[in-house]
Amino acid sequence: MARNAVTLAPVAPAAPAQAGEGYWRIAWRRLRKHHLAMGGLMVIVVLIAAAVFAPWIAPYRFEQIDLLNRFARPFQAGHLLGTDDLGHDVLTRLLYAGRVSLLVGFAAAFSAVALGTLVGVVAGFYGGIIDNILMRLTDIVLTLPVFGVLLLLGRYFGGGLIAIIVIIGLFGWTVTSRLVRGEILKLKHLDYSDAARALGASETRIIFRHLLPNAMAPIIVAATLDVGGAILTEAALSYFGVGIQPPTPSWGNMLQNAQSYLWTSPWLAFWPGMMIFLTVLCFNFFGDGLRDALDPRLKI
Amino acid sequence: MYRYVGRRLLQSLVVLAGLSVLLFTLLVYTPGDPVELLVNALPDVQPEDVARLRRYYGLDDPVYVRYFKWLRSVAHGDLGYSRTYAQPVTRLIRQRLGNTLQLLSAAFVIAFSVGVAVGIYSALHQYSPLDYAATLLSFVGLAMPVFWQGILFILVFAVWLPIFPAGGMLTPGVAEGWPALADRLRHLVLPTVVLASAGMASWVRYSRSSMLEVVRQDYVRTARAKGLPERIVTRKHALRNALIPIITLFALSLPAVLDGAVVTETIFSWPGMGLLLFQAVLGHDHAVAMAVLLFLAVATILANLVADVAYALVDPRIRYE
Repeated sequence: MARNAVTLAPVAPAAPAQAGEGYWRIAWRRLRKHHLAMGGLMVIVVLIAAAVFAPWIAPYRFEQIDLLNRFARPFQAGHLLGTDDLGHDVLTRLLYAGRVSLLVGFAAAFSAVALGTLVGVVAGFYGGIIDNILMRLTDIVLTLPVFGVLLLLGRYFGGGLIAIIVIIGLFGWTVTSRLVRGEILKLKHLDYSDAARALGASETRIIFRHLLPNAMAPIIVAATLDVGGAILTEAALSYFGVGIQPPTPSWGNMLQNAQSYLWTSPWLAFWPGMMIFLTVLCFNFFGDGLRDALDPRLKI
Repeated sequence: MYRYVGRRLLQSLVVLAGLSVLLFTLLVYTPGDPVELLVNALPDVQPEDVARLRRYYGLDDPVYVRYFKWLRSVAHGDLGYSRTYAQPVTRLIRQRLGNTLQLLSAAFVIAFSVGVAVGIYSALHQYSPLDYAATLLSFVGLAMPVFWQGILFILVFAVWLPIFPAGGMLTPGVAEGWPALADRLRHLVLPTVVLASAGMASWVRYSRSSMLEVVRQDYVRTARAKGLPERIVTRKHALRNALIPIITLFALSLPAVLDGAVVTETIFSWPGMGLLLFQAVLGHDHAVAMAVLLFLAVATILANLVADVAYALVDPRIRYE
C-alpha cells in the first residue's frame, strides 16, 4: 500500500524549543496538538483495555452457546448485539476477537519491523555486495502478489496464532527495510559517526549507540502503520478461512461466518467489519500524527 | 539512457530469477504433491505404484534438479496441468485473463481519474472544507477492509435495493448483442466500485502530496512573479511536474491492486485470475496457484520496468544517478 505524506491539520509552527527540551518532548508536544492522532490513540487505548479485560467485561463466555436463542436480533433475549448461528453472544465474541486481532496485529507488526530494521541496517551499514543482495531480495518480495502467497501459506501452515503472526511478519518487512537503509546511509557519513569511528568505537557500538537511535523516527512510524496493516491482513486471511480458525473468534472469521447468513441476519456482518475498520483507521490516524510529529518529511 | 535501461533490465532479470526460486520453494514445501493427493483419493493404490509414480514425476530428484526441470517447462510455456479443472493451466489463464483485465482496467480508470483530480484540487485548495473531506475520505478508503466493503455493497445494492446482481458475470438466458453487453456492465458495477475505492484513496493522497511539493518550488514562484495567469501557472508549470512522480505509483501500487482484485473477484464470484487463484489454493491445485502467482509477479516486474523507463524519459535527472 502506498502511503505518503499527507498532513491533515495545518502543522502548527513548532513552538520555540525551550532550553534543555529533548527531541521526544518536542515530538510529544507536537503530537498532542494533532487532534486526529490523539483521537486515534484514545480509541486504541480503549480497544486494548477492552481486549485485556474481556473476561471481566464480556456478558457471556465466548464459547457459550444459547441454542434457544440462535440468530437473536440485537437487544433480544439479553444479547446486546444479538447472537450468531450457534447462539454465541456477538458482543462477547467481538471482545474476545479483539484480543486475537490486536495480538496478531502488534506481534506481526513487531516482527515485520524488527526484520525490516535488521535488513535495513545491515544493507545500509555494510553496503556493497551485501546491500545489493538484500535490496534485490526486498525487490523480490515487493513484486510478489503478497496476499496470494499468504493465502497459500495460511492454507497449509495457518490456523494457529503463532503461524499467522510469522507468516504476516515474514512478508511485511520490505517497507521498513528500505526506509531504515535510507536513513542509515544518510547517518553513517555524518560527523558524529565519523568521530565515533575515529575514536575506535566498534561496529556494534556505532550501530546501536549512534545510528539506530537516530533512525527511530521512521521505525516507529512504520511500526504504527504496520499494526493496522497486519490487522487488516489477518482479518482478510481469517475471512477467507485460512487464518485464525473457529472456535477461536477473530473479527475476520466472524465476518466469514456472518456471510453465510447475510440474507437472513445481516446485522451479524456489521460489527466485526466495523471493528476492523475502526481499529485500522485509528492506527493510521495515530501513525500519521506520529509522522508529522517526529519527521514530517518522511515518505511513508 | 540505454545504459540506464540496460541496468534496469538486468536488475529485473535478477528479481525474476529470485522470484522463481522463491515460488518454486513454496511449491515444493507445501504439503500435498500430485502423487500424495492421488493416493489420498484412491486408498487401494499399492506402495510400488506410488514409488513408480513418484519416480515418473521426478518427485524424488534433488530439489535443484526439479527446479531446473520446472524452469525449463515454464520457459517452454508449459505451466503444468490443473488437477481440478483437468486442463492445461495456460488454457485456464487465457480464459480468465480477459475478465480480470476488464475489472482491473475499469477500476483503474475510475480510481485514477477521480483520485488524481480530487488530489490535485485538494492540494490547490489546501485546508479548504473540500480538502478536509477528501483527506478524511482517503483515510476511510485506506482503512476499509475490501471484503467488508464488498459485503456491505452486496447487502445494500443487491439485497435491500436489488439494483445490481450480487455476483457472477452474466445472467443465464440474456439475448446476445446489446442486452448481453448491458448485462455484463451491470455485473461489473459493484466489483469495480469496490476495487476502485481503495486505489482511489492512495491516488488522492499521492497526487495531493506531489502537487503540494511542486507548488512550493522556485520555478512556480518564478512563473507567478513574471505575471503569468494563475491558470497557466497551475496547469503548465505545477500540474505537469506534479504528475511525473505519479507514474511510479502506477507500478508500485500494482501488487496491492492485484491483491485487491483477488479479494474482490472472490467476493463477487467474478471469474478472473483472482478467483482462480483462491479456488486453486483451497482445492490443493498447486500448479494453478503457482502459475497465477508467477503470472501476477511477472506482470508486476514488467510494470515496474516500464514505469522506471517512462520516468527516466520524462525526468532526465533520473538517468544520471
